[in-house]
Amino acid sequence: MDFDPVLLARLQFAFTIIFHIIFPSFTIGLSAYIATLGVLWLRSGEERHQLLMRFWVKIFAVSFAMGVVSGIVLSYQFGTNWSRFSVATGNILGPLLGYEVLAAFFLEATFLGILLFGFSRVPRWLYVLSAIVVAIGTMISAFWILAANSWMQTPAGHEWRDGVAYPVDWLRIVFNPSFPYRFAHMLNAAYLTAGFVVIAVGARYVLGGKHMAEGRTMLRMGIGLAAILAPLQLVIGDQHGLNTLKHQPIKVAAMEAHWDGSKPAAFHIFAWPDEKNGTNHFELSIPKGASLILTHHLNGLVPGLLSVPEADRPPVKVVFFAFRIMLAIGFFMIGSALLGAFLWWRGTLFEHDWYLRVMAHTWWMGFVAVIAGWVVTESGRQPWIVYGVMRTADATSPVPGATIAGTLALFIVAYGIVFSFGIYYINRLIARGPDAVKANDEPGGISPIASTKNAGQGIV
Amino acid sequence: MEWYLPLIWAGVIGTAVAMYVVMDGFDLGIGILFPFAKDETERDQMMRSIAPFWDGNETWLVLGGAGLFVAFPRAYAVIMPAFYVPVIVMLVALVFRGVAFEFRIVSHSKKGWSLAFVIGSTLATFAQGVILGGLIQGIKVENGAYAGGPYDWATPFGLLCGLSLIAGYGLLGATWLVMKTEGAIAVRARKQSKAFLIAVLAFMALVSLSTPLLQERIAERWFSLPNFYYLWPVPVITALTAFACWRSLEKGRDALPFLAAIALFMLGYLGLVISSFPYLVPPTLTIWDTAGAPSSQIFMLVGTLVLLPFVLGYIVLVYWLFRGKVREGESYH
Repeated sequence: MDFDPVLLARLQFAFTIIFHIIFPSFTIGLSAYIATLGVLWLRSGEERHQLLMRFWVKIFAVSFAMGVVSGIVLSYQFGTNWSRFSVATGNILGPLLGYEVLAAFFLEATFLGILLFGFSRVPRWLYVLSAIVVAIGTMISAFWILAANSWMQTPAGHEWRDGVAYPVDWLRIVFNPSFPYRFAHMLNAAYLTAGFVVIAVGARYVLGGKHMAEGRTMLRMGIGLAAILAPLQLVIGDQHGLNTLKHQPIKVAAMEAHWDGSKPAAFHIFAWPDEKNGTNHFELSIPKGASLILTHHLNGLVPGLLSVPEADRPPVKVVFFAFRIMLAIGFFMIGSALLGAFLWWRGTLFEHDWYLRVMAHTWWMGFVAVIAGWVVTESGRQPWIVYGVMRTADATSPVPGATIAGTLALFIVAYGIVFSFGIYYINRLIARGPDAVKANDEPGGISPIASTKNAGQGIV
Repeated sequence: MEWYLPLIWAGVIGTAVAMYVVMDGFDLGIGILFPFAKDETERDQMMRSIAPFWDGNETWLVLGGAGLFVAFPRAYAVIMPAFYVPVIVMLVALVFRGVAFEFRIVSHSKKGWSLAFVIGSTLATFAQGVILGGLIQGIKVENGAYAGGPYDWATPFGLLCGLSLIAGYGLLGATWLVMKTEGAIAVRARKQSKAFLIAVLAFMALVSLSTPLLQERIAERWFSLPNFYYLWPVPVITALTAFACWRSLEKGRDALPFLAAIALFMLGYLGLVISSFPYLVPPTLTIWDTAGAPSSQIFMLVGTLVLLPFVLGYIVLVYWLFRGKVREGESYH
């Protein structure tokens, strides 16, 4: 059989990393929400906050478990799938990932233990502190992994000797040109993703007439957050795009399906890019729209795809359509969040069933937008694995295509099973609602450092 | 190049691997022991004893992988392709056992995810043993890259190491249950510990005898003079430790069998280090051949020195918070 090892290695990695990113983009935001609820509970002492907090902790636990196990896979796949890349960039990316493990993973994993199992064992303040620490841990984790990813997009602070990157300036490596934008964009995306899940669940409760108090709290908190962060995301995204134009112009050209750099770029609302002939079909465009966005001039010029040889162009269709999906969701988020805020201000937020019905079905939006965004930035980087320096085709491991195909099938089956059950269980936890938390409480409720039998025999 | 940096890093990664083997070893061992529990209530109690810790335990595996990538990128780039299949089987197995912790609680019937936990834990253990066995046997390297086939690891010795590790983690898990549980499980675990101890000793003997026979360099390491004068205490102390483990089980001690099992593991590990040092990818690449740039190693070393004490600190905190025995019928969540 004839397998293309490069394509298979990419497919396998794309599959495992897309599966993985679903969970961090949710848990980064959700952990911050949980910590917020915890602080509210400490200050108000209201049961509502405590129940909500522990309700979301349960959902967090299921998603975090899937995030952890799919993340471990990635830390080994650099070597299994991209061993030549590992040799070339290990000096740079190794420490960045190492810092992620040491500064974030242990922090998250350890304090999650307290958050999941410590409610009746530790004092309130330590319980809430654990939630805060977990939230900070997820942020630190995002910091380092995005530093690593951004370095692959806009490498800096290093020198190449015999095909191997050697560090020169760690500050420039970590804070490489695209990192601040990508970090802000992703972190904000994660908060929005979790925000829309919270909104959707709240809307579902209020519509169904159950868990009304909790549902209303969720809606208010979610909409309040999204009304600020969704418009902010537009600003950050715009800045990120300008940064990309500066450092990876061909990626931007692919995002806009802009072929001829000698003319102002149109913004295509729809188009069918034809990669063979270097043009678009079925264009529905705003003339000079992309030029206006990217250069702030109607007649501003940006490089086109034709300015580089075909071998140096990313897959245009993928990048172009993924970018449009992300944009569409982003604008829907802005509109729906602002509308919600307006209704809230009018005091009729809970009276418009049509609004709640729409919002109850928006839980998936953040996830799809995040995945689409990553497809834009990663596919847009192709054919390079380290932009402009190392090609993806030169990065693979000496592993036969058939072996990669077999393990790819294994991953698809395994993740398919785990994901289906995970979604099903999360959905059931949501259907049961926050009251189920109360029913499960151990008798005695909160007791600081509970009397553990034989405590003295604990592990040293 | 600074000759001592790779040495320090070999120490750091060696420590991470040792931490991993002991800490995830006992919770993987719980999975290996799962089939012998009477019912799902007992399995709840067993899982309760490890549930707050497993995630942190498994993080040492990530540190081992990332550490190798940081400090010895060339070794990482050879070892991962060489063990492509067992590494990926291990990862997928860990996926199933990892989600089983959470999924078991929320599912209608616990049986299905208990089974996933058993298969995942056992398969991950077996795959780790196979990788270890393959490393001892050596990896075919040409021009600094892996030059063997995708199934070079599948040798009788590799399979033997896979089974050995199942016995080893089983022992850690059983002695952990002796220490951390009460009631029927603890009573059964004491018996299981003895059975696993015997199995471990048998496997240790088999592995220790076959490595010098299979690999001349390992025979030379142990049996040439003057090495033998320094090294003969290793097997003797191992035998004494095994005896202490047995005695403490007989005498009804709670914590001592687990500590002795850890010591046994560390001695086996020491034996492997003695056999292989200074090779990271035997028999061609040493820790100096595969070391990353000194500046990278120093950058990460600083971080490790600053952060690791905190990590160890809050790990101790969690083990202390969840100290004591898990009672009969006690569930989690």
